[in-house]
Amino acid sequence: MTIDALKRADAKHAPSAYSTLDVLWVLYDRVLRVSPETVDDPDRDRFFLSKGHGPLAYYSVLAAKGFFPEEWLDDVGSATSRLGHHPDRVLVPGVEVGTGSLGHGLGLAVGTALGLRAQGYVQTRTFVLLGDAELDEGSNHEAIAYAAAVGLDLTAIVIDNRSATHGWPGGIAARFIGWRVSHVDGRDRDQIEAALTLKGGPRVVIAAVEKKES
Amino acid sequence: MRDTFVATTTAILEEDPRTALVLADISADAFAPAMRRHPDRVLNVGIREQLMAGVAGGLALTGLRPFLHSYAPFVIDRAYEQIKLDLGHQNAGAVIVSIGGSYDASAEGYTHQSPGDVALLDTLEGWTVHVPGHPDEVPGMLWAAARHDERVYIRLSSQQNAAAYPGTDLKVVRRGPQNGAVVLAVGPMLDPVLRAGLDVTVAYTNTPRPLDVNRLRELVTDEMVMVEPYLAGTSSRAVSAALSRVPHRELHLGVSRTEHRGYGSPADHAQWHGLDPAGLRASIDAFLRKD
Repeated sequence: MTIDALKRADAKHAPSAYSTLDVLWVLYDRVLRVSPETVDDPDRDRFFLSKGHGPLAYYSVLAAKGFFPEEWLDDVGSATSRLGHHPDRVLVPGVEVGTGSLGHGLGLAVGTALGLRAQGYVQTRTFVLLGDAELDEGSNHEAIAYAAAVGLDLTAIVIDNRSATHGWPGGIAARFIGWRVSHVDGRDRDQIEAALTLKGGPRVVIAAVEKKES
Repeated sequence: MRDTFVATTTAILEEDPRTALVLADISADAFAPAMRRHPDRVLNVGIREQLMAGVAGGLALTGLRPFLHSYAPFVIDRAYEQIKLDLGHQNAGAVIVSIGGSYDASAEGYTHQSPGDVALLDTLEGWTVHVPGHPDEVPGMLWAAARHDERVYIRLSSQQNAAAYPGTDLKVVRRGPQNGAVVLAVGPMLDPVLRAGLDVTVAYTNTPRPLDVNRLRELVTDEMVMVEPYLAGTSSRAVSAALSRVPHRELHLGVSRTEHRGYGSPADHAQWHGLDPAGLRASIDAFLRKD
């Protein structure tokens, strides 16, 4: 699916739909140990699309990787579609969490990383993607501080298209005290891959993309 | 009840490696031995109730059975959207165990009180609600909740009845006149109802959700009074639905929406809300006389 097709399919969420595209492709093509065959394996890698908004890029990548038929992309948001304007894990194979209300994915990811660790799945990695405007939600900061305090092995990705109304004076990285920080060009797939394959955490990868047009 | 909860949950964590406990500082000292024994499964996230619920959801998604615990206003009221989305919307379960109830923390003020907790959970799908009336009713609830993946709320209180009633079914405690009024007391409201000195059938449940509608239909033929230790009218929808084919009158008593802005003891608050024996007698008498 092209970016033009994404824009046409979801006009309201279009900027957030394609701001994530390259990061998502790198995750599913080069980084995550998960496939349609291992989607229920307890030690599969986890990816949570926290922001939930504009999930067409996410759906497109999952379809391209065979988690569900590409035809599902043709009627997103219809009464009979499994694909809504925010993803639902109960309806969509490969979707790990249902999101849409901002500020929930990071807390869920912290719990998941803790649960995997408690069960000895030490090779399993947990990733969570947020938007820079999503960081406005205070719940994120409960999770950021706790993950740093306990040295949790977790990788957050912040897509920075400078959409937070008041911005982040001092920079986004300054909000992640105690985390290891990488800055990447959110359109450079090799840079993204290099940052996402670094292990140990908590770690945040800040992926800058073009500014959201309002 | 809190001591029983700590002892039982510590035993559950010891026996069942699938169980986990998430705290937000409240009761962390009491669970310190469990935390030392199971540092990966007993987690204190600090004073972060939204995160506590989110972590519980994440743990459940990996196959663990999370328990979470705090004062009712913090674990339910404050974290309502996390309970709705991080558990329910994910099709995940957890066991939420609260203390404080409506006004156990009477001297702490309204910030530490949650008369609306059960009403809030009533807006959501699939919650079993236990309101034990005696510490001996608590262990069975906790052990049963550890064995499955559904959503369970256990509302502990410092208010309790003199006697424990085993099991979670709706049972008749005292028989009144045939076809007379039935008063259903929830959890710690039983003893105040019994002491109100009314010539009625008194029934008891420590499990208002799901309400035992079949037993209720067998009992109620005319007049029915619900007495709950949380927001008045919380169960009116469930009772009305259960008795939709029975011509009857209902009265729902519980904690009023009025914020009294007084401190004192839980007994003082019970009196202010008309939930002491004298207040209950006055309200129920007036209802039965059709005043």
